[in-house]
Amino acid sequence: MLKVLKQGFFSTLQDQGRFGFKDKGVPVSGSMDTYTTKAINTLLENASNAAVLEITMTGPTLEFNAPTYICIGGADFVVTLNNEPISLYKIYKVNTGDILFYGKLNIGFRSYLAIKGGFKSTVILNSSSYYYPITKSRCVKKGQELDYEECVDFSPKISEIKISSIFNKNELEIAKGPEYNLLNPSQIKQIFTTIFSISNQNDRMAYQLQENIEGVNYSMLTSATLPGTIQLTPSGKLIILMKDGQTTGGYPRVLQLTDRAISILAQKKYGDTISFKLV
Amino acid sequence: MSKYTISIRPFGQHAILIEWPNIVDEAILEDILQFKTYLVNNFLFPEKWEIIPAYNSLVLVERNFPINFNVIKHNIKQWYSEKSTVDNKREKNLWRLPVCYDSDFGIDLEEVASKVNKSVEQVIALHTKQSYTIYGIGFLPGFMYLGGLPTDLEVNRRQTPRQKVIKGSVGLAGKQTGIYPQESPGGWNIIGNCPVSMFKATRENPIFVSVGDKVEFFPIERAEYNLRVIENEAGVYTIQKIKIDA
Repeated sequence: MLKVLKQGFFSTLQDQGRFGFKDKGVPVSGSMDTYTTKAINTLLENASNAAVLEITMTGPTLEFNAPTYICIGGADFVVTLNNEPISLYKIYKVNTGDILFYGKLNIGFRSYLAIKGGFKSTVILNSSSYYYPITKSRCVKKGQELDYEECVDFSPKISEIKISSIFNKNELEIAKGPEYNLLNPSQIKQIFTTIFSISNQNDRMAYQLQENIEGVNYSMLTSATLPGTIQLTPSGKLIILMKDGQTTGGYPRVLQLTDRAISILAQKKYGDTISFKLV
Repeated sequence: MSKYTISIRPFGQHAILIEWPNIVDEAILEDILQFKTYLVNNFLFPEKWEIIPAYNSLVLVERNFPINFNVIKHNIKQWYSEKSTVDNKREKNLWRLPVCYDSDFGIDLEEVASKVNKSVEQVIALHTKQSYTIYGIGFLPGFMYLGGLPTDLEVNRRQTPRQKVIKGSVGLAGKQTGIYPQESPGGWNIIGNCPVSMFKATRENPIFVSVGDKVEFFPIERAEYNLRVIENEAGVYTIQKIKIDA
C-alpha cells in the first residue's frame, strides 16, 4: 500500500483509459500525457496499460508500506525520497516506510508516478482510470491507501533514460478538423499567427484559450468529439477537449491535435503560451 | 444500392467522420445504425475500433495506430454500397421509464405549463404519451439526446442555467427532452425525476440504452418513486423493456 499523507492539489490513478464506451457517452479518460506514461511504464517493464498516479500542479506526500520500484516522469517537480532529491526517468528501489515528497514545480504541470506492476484499483468498464461518477473517487484523498504488489527483486534492463523534454515546446501540431472548411481566410490567419495563452479554465475535460478569434455561426447536429478536438464557439472561443472531455458536441470541430500535441498541452498551465502548426 | 449520399472526411490521426444529410430523420438514423452493425460484424472489430453514431453521423476511431485515410475512405464507400444487400439485424429496445412529476422534483413544471398554455396535468399527459427516439448519447455518461417531443411542449432553455440539477432530473429544452444521469449544472426546464439510474457501475449493463432505441415515460406517484429508488439502489428494480424489430 502507498499511503497518502498529504493530498496535494489533484492526483488520480490513470491507465490508458476506457476504450469502446464513447457510444454510451463515457469519456476515454486515461493519462493526459501518454508520451510520459509510456516512457516510465516501459522503463519499469510494466504492461502498457499499467495504472500510474497522475499528479497535477502541487504534489502529495506518500509513504510506502511495502518494498517496490518506482519511476517518475513528466513535469519537473522537486521530488525527494527520504529527503534525498531524485531524478526523472530513473528507477528507484523503495522500502517499507520510505517517504516520497513532492516540492516545488519548476516546469510543466503534470507529474507521473509509475510503480512496478502498476497500481491496483477497481476496474470499471475495462479501466481503473478515475472519472467521477464512473469511479467512486474523483481524486486521491489524504489517508487513502493505494494498492500495489510488493516487489523485492527486479533487475531492470535499463535503469535510466535521458529523454529530451517536450514540455519546453510551445508549438502544437494540428490537423484540419471535420468543419475546418467553415473557417474564412481571416480566421485561419488568426489561428496560425496568434500566440494563445491557456485560460484558467483548464482541466482534464478541456483547455480553453484566453484569446478569442472571430466566431462561427453554424448550426450542426450533435456529433462525436475526441480528445484533442478543438471546437470554435459562436463567440470565437477555442475549446480544446482533453481526455475526460464530453464524447459529443454541437460546436464546429475546426482543428484536431496530434497525439503528441495532446501530451505537450497536458503539461501547460494557466498563463502558458502555445501556437498552432498545421501538419 | 446505397440509399443516401454520404460524405467521408478525416478526423485527426485516428478517426474518420462519415456524414449523412444534415437533417433529423429516423430513416437516416436507421441507415446509419445498420451500416454500423455491418461494419462491426464484418470489418471493424470492437477490440480495435470504436464506432460512435449520433443523428446524421458516424465517427470511426482506431484504438492504437494512425490510419491511412484514403485507403479507409475507399473501403467505406465500397462497404456502404454493398451493405443493403446483407442482413444487419441488431437488438433494438423500447425502454419504459418511470417519472415522478411531483412538485418537489418538477420544479419548473408549473412555469412550463403556463408558458405552453396547458395545465400541469396536460403537460404530463403530453410528455408520457409519446415514444422518443435516442439520436445520440453524450454530454455525460448515459445522457440521451431524445427526438420526438410534441411541439406543444417546446420551451426555451432557462435564461440562467442552474449550478446544480439533481441526478435523475427530467428536463425540457427546445425540441428536446432528457434525463440528467448525474448531478450537473444545467439549463433545462425540470419537470420531474426518474428513479432509475441511467448509469450504474454495479449493474451488469451499466448503461442499458443504445442509440436507436426508443424511450417512453410513465407517471408514478411519490410513494412509488420512493420505493423504486430503494429498489434501484439495491439493484433489484427490473427496467421495463420491450423488444422492437430492427
